[in-house]
Amino acid sequence: MSQVWTDIGAMDAIPRRGARVLKTPHGCVAVFRTFDDRVFALEDRCPHKGGPLSQGIVHGASVTCPLHNWALSLETGEAQGADAGKARTFALQVVDGRIHIDLTALAAKAAA
Amino acid sequence: MRHFQKEDIAADATPAPRQRLVVIGNGMSPGRALENLFETAPEAYKVTIFNAEPRVNYDRIMLSPLLSGEKTFEEIVIHGDGWYVKHGVTLYKGHKIVAIDREKRTVTSDHGVTEPYDKLIIATGSSPIVIPVPGHRLAGVLTYRDLDDVNAMILAAKSGGRAVVIGGGLLGLEAAVGLKEQGMEVSVVHLAPTLMERQLDAPSGFLLKTAIEARGIKVHTKANTKEILGTDHARGPSRARAVVLDDGAEILADLVVMAVGIRPSVALARDCGIAVNRGIVVGPDMRSSDPDIYALGECAEAQGQCFGLVAPLYEMANVVAANLRGDLDASFNPSATATKLKVTGINLFSAGDFEEGEGKQEIVLRDAARGVYRRLAIKDDRLIGVVLYGDVSHGAWLFDLLKRRVDIAELRETMMFGPEAAGGAPLDPTAAVAALPDDAEICGCNGVCKGKIAAAIKAKGLTNLDAVRAHTKASASCGSCTGLVEQVMRLTLGDKYAAAAVQPMCGCTTLGHDDVRRLIVAKQMKSIDATMQGLEWKTSCGCAKCRPALNYYLLASWPEDYEDDQQSRFINERVHANIQKDGTYSVVPRMWGGVTSANELRAIADVVDKFNIPSVKMTGGQRVDLLGVRKEQLPAVWADLNKAGLVSGAAYAKGLRTVKTCVGSDWCRFGTQDSTGLGVKLEKFLWGSWTPAKVKLAVSGCPRNCAEATCKDVGVICVDSGYDIVFAGAAGLDILGAQALCHADSEDETIEIVGALVQLYREQGRYLERIYKWAKRVGAPSIKAQVVEDREKRMALHERFLVSQKRAQVDPWAERVAGEQRHEFAPLADLTLVAAE
Repeated sequence: MSQVWTDIGAMDAIPRRGARVLKTPHGCVAVFRTFDDRVFALEDRCPHKGGPLSQGIVHGASVTCPLHNWALSLETGEAQGADAGKARTFALQVVDGRIHIDLTALAAKAAA
Repeated sequence: MRHFQKEDIAADATPAPRQRLVVIGNGMSPGRALENLFETAPEAYKVTIFNAEPRVNYDRIMLSPLLSGEKTFEEIVIHGDGWYVKHGVTLYKGHKIVAIDREKRTVTSDHGVTEPYDKLIIATGSSPIVIPVPGHRLAGVLTYRDLDDVNAMILAAKSGGRAVVIGGGLLGLEAAVGLKEQGMEVSVVHLAPTLMERQLDAPSGFLLKTAIEARGIKVHTKANTKEILGTDHARGPSRARAVVLDDGAEILADLVVMAVGIRPSVALARDCGIAVNRGIVVGPDMRSSDPDIYALGECAEAQGQCFGLVAPLYEMANVVAANLRGDLDASFNPSATATKLKVTGINLFSAGDFEEGEGKQEIVLRDAARGVYRRLAIKDDRLIGVVLYGDVSHGAWLFDLLKRRVDIAELRETMMFGPEAAGGAPLDPTAAVAALPDDAEICGCNGVCKGKIAAAIKAKGLTNLDAVRAHTKASASCGSCTGLVEQVMRLTLGDKYAAAAVQPMCGCTTLGHDDVRRLIVAKQMKSIDATMQGLEWKTSCGCAKCRPALNYYLLASWPEDYEDDQQSRFINERVHANIQKDGTYSVVPRMWGGVTSANELRAIADVVDKFNIPSVKMTGGQRVDLLGVRKEQLPAVWADLNKAGLVSGAAYAKGLRTVKTCVGSDWCRFGTQDSTGLGVKLEKFLWGSWTPAKVKLAVSGCPRNCAEATCKDVGVICVDSGYDIVFAGAAGLDILGAQALCHADSEDETIEIVGALVQLYREQGRYLERIYKWAKRVGAPSIKAQVVEDREKRMALHERFLVSQKRAQVDPWAERVAGEQRHEFAPLADLTLVAAE
C-alpha cells in the first residue's frame, strides 16, 4: 500500500508527556509525545468504553485512559496488565520537527 | 461456519447478516463475555439471553455485603435494563431453557419460546448442594446462592431468632457473619476439624475460628448434621426448629442455611448429548464437544477442573468473546487463584497448595501478640502455596511470585517480610535513608532527627520499634514516619533487624507514600524528575498513579517554589472541568456558601442558551452543574461566567469543593449564629487549596443540622455558646458520622482551627486518602493534640496554610481565558476540511 504523508503540525505544539487531538473526517486521532520526544498516533477511543485517550496521563510509552484507568501501549495500542483490547495505531514520522501522518491508514480505517 | 459461507462471499457487496447468538444464563461470566464482545465486535451478533432468574445481571460476589446490609441490590447490579436495550439484546427474564435441539439448532424455554441459534453459550452456572438429611425440605431451610436466598434470609432475620449455618467454608462464614449483623443468634456447623480447610491450614483455621467466635458466633467443628427437626404439625405448617448433630446434640434454629458447596448445572447439556463430566467438558477454546456450543462459567469443566472464583471465570469469558469474534488463538489456561474472605475486620489470604507433601518445605511466621500467621510452601525453589492471616499486605506480591513461578532461591530468607525486605528488588530502600545527614528530621511531630535515633539505638541497645518510640518519641505520634524510623534501625542494627514492610506507592518504587513525602522534604527535592532520580524510581517517568501523587506532595511541601506539572494531573484538574462518559465536560461555578443572585443565575442561563448546553442540574453541594460542554467551548464558557463574577467551583479537584450551609440566624427561627456568613467566610478562606483528596464542608445554624454537617470532612454546628467543630465524617463509599474535634467561641477561632486541621491533613494525608481515612490511620488524639490542644502548633499550621494559599488562590478559569495552556483546548490540526474536498 502506498503511503501519503500529511504534515499535521510541529512536535513542539504537543507538550512532553502529553497529547493533542487530530480531527479527521473518520474520527479523532490522539497524537502523543513522550518524555523522550517520540511521537505516536492512536485512535482517540479506548477499546474499553470509548474514552478519549488524548485526555489521559502519558507515562513512558503508555497512556492511561481518563475514564477507567486502562493503560495502553502507545507503541502497539494494546491494553496492558490484566485488561485486554487494542486501539488502532497510525504511522507517523517526524521531519525537521514537523509531524507527518500517513493518511492512507486513516482512510483504510474508514473503509474497514 | 458452513451455514454462512454463501453470505460471507456476498458480504463484499452488502454487510453480512448478523449471526444469532443465544445465551442460556445471565450471570457474571456471560455478562463479561458479552461486554467484551460488544466492545470489540459490536455488530457481529444478534444476541438473545434466557435468564431463569427474573432479573438483570448482578454481582454475585456482593451477596455477602448485601446480606450484612452494607450494600443494596441497586448497588450490585452490573447491567441495568438500559444496557440490554442499548446493545439490542433480547432478554427473556424468568425463562428457563428446558431443551436444546442441536439438529435444528434451537433452544426452547419453559414458557414455550423457541429461539434459533448459530452459536450457543451455555452458562447455567451451578446449584448449591443440599444435604439430603431428614427435614431438608422444611420451611426455613435455605441455601446461599442467589438474590432470592439473600432476601429470604434478610426477611427471616427481621424477626430475630436463631440461625444455624451448615458449612464453615467461605460462603458459609460470610453468611454467618451477615446473619449476625442482621441481629440473629448464629451457630456454624462444620464437618471438618478446622474452618475453610480447603483454603487454610490448621493453625490459620484455628485463628479464624477464634475471630469468628469473638463476634459472638458459635462454631461447632467436626460436627455432622444428622437431621433437621420441624415444629409440631398441629400448630400450623411445620418449620425448621433445630439441627440435630451425629452425637445427638440439638442446636435450636429458626433458620437453617446450607452452604456446603456447589455442583455445576449440567442437566441441559447432558440431555442434548454433549460431553459432560462433573461439568460440561470444554477445550481450551471453551467449545464443548459441539463446536457451535460454548460452555462458560461455573458449569464448565476445563482441564478436569471446575471453577467458582471470579478471576478464572472472567478469563473464560474473554476467551469465549475472542473466539466468537474470530480470534481462534485465544485459549483458557487456568492459573492459580487466590481467596480472600469478605468479612470486614478479618484479614486472610490464601493461594496455591499448602498441604503436606514430598519435597515441600515450609516457612512459618507467627506473631501471637499481633494475631499474625504466615506460611509459605516452597518446592524446587518455587513458591507453591501462601497462607496469610492477620496481615495480608504482601498477599499480592507473594501471589505474583507464585503465579509467575519465580525462582525464589535468593528471596528465601526475606520474602516472608514482603518485597521491601526481600533485597532482590532493584532499590535498597535503606539507601535513601543512609544518604541522609545526621541532622535530617525523621519524625516531624516530635522533631527527632536521624542522628538522635541512631545514637539512642546504640547507646541503649534498642532492638524494636516500640523501644525506639519510648526512648526517642520518633514515630510515637502520627506514625507516618514509621517506615523511615525502621530504616534507620535497619541501618544501625544491620541484619539483626527485620521490619514489617510498607505498601509501596505503586509499581514504580518500593517506597511507601509516607517515606516518599518525608524524603522529598529531607532531601530538598523540588521537582518530579529530581524526586524520581533521587529515590531511584524504577520507570522512566512514573505512572498514572505516582505522578499525580508526587505532584501533590511537591506542591504541598514547596508551596512557594514548586511549579505545578500539568502533565501529571488527571484531565479534570488539567482542564478545570469534569470529564463525562462521552468525552464532554461539566462546568460548575463556585457559589460561595451556596448563595447566589439573580445576576449570577442570569449569566448562567445566558451561557446555557448561547452554547446550547444540553443539561443543567443542581449538585449535592448547593451549586449548578452545566453538563455536556465540549472541550473547545470551555474557555469561552468560562469567559462569560467570569464576566458575571463567577469563578471555578473546583468540582473536579482534590481540593476544597463546597461549603454547604443552611440559612442560619438571618432567616431561620431556630438559627443560633450566622451559619451562611460563616460558610462563605470559610469558603473564601479555603478555596483554591489542593489537598490529598477532595474536601467538603458544611455549616449548620443549629443542632437540627439542616446543612448535614455531621457527614462532612469538616463540619461546624452553631450553638448558642459558639461553634462545635466536627470532622472525619463520610457519606460516599463509606458512611460515617463525623466526630467531635472541639468547641470554638468565635468565628475567627473556628476559621483558625479549620485552617490548621486542613493544613495538618495536607501534610500527613496520603494522596487520595480522604480525611476520615487519614484520621483513622493517625488517630484522632494525635490530630487534636496539634490542632486543638497545642495553640503554638495550631498557629504554625495555620500560618503554613496561609503561605500556601498565597499562590493557590488564583481562578484557573480566568488564567485559561487569558490564554494559559491554550494548546489544551484546540486540536493539533483539523483535517476534516482538507478531506472534504
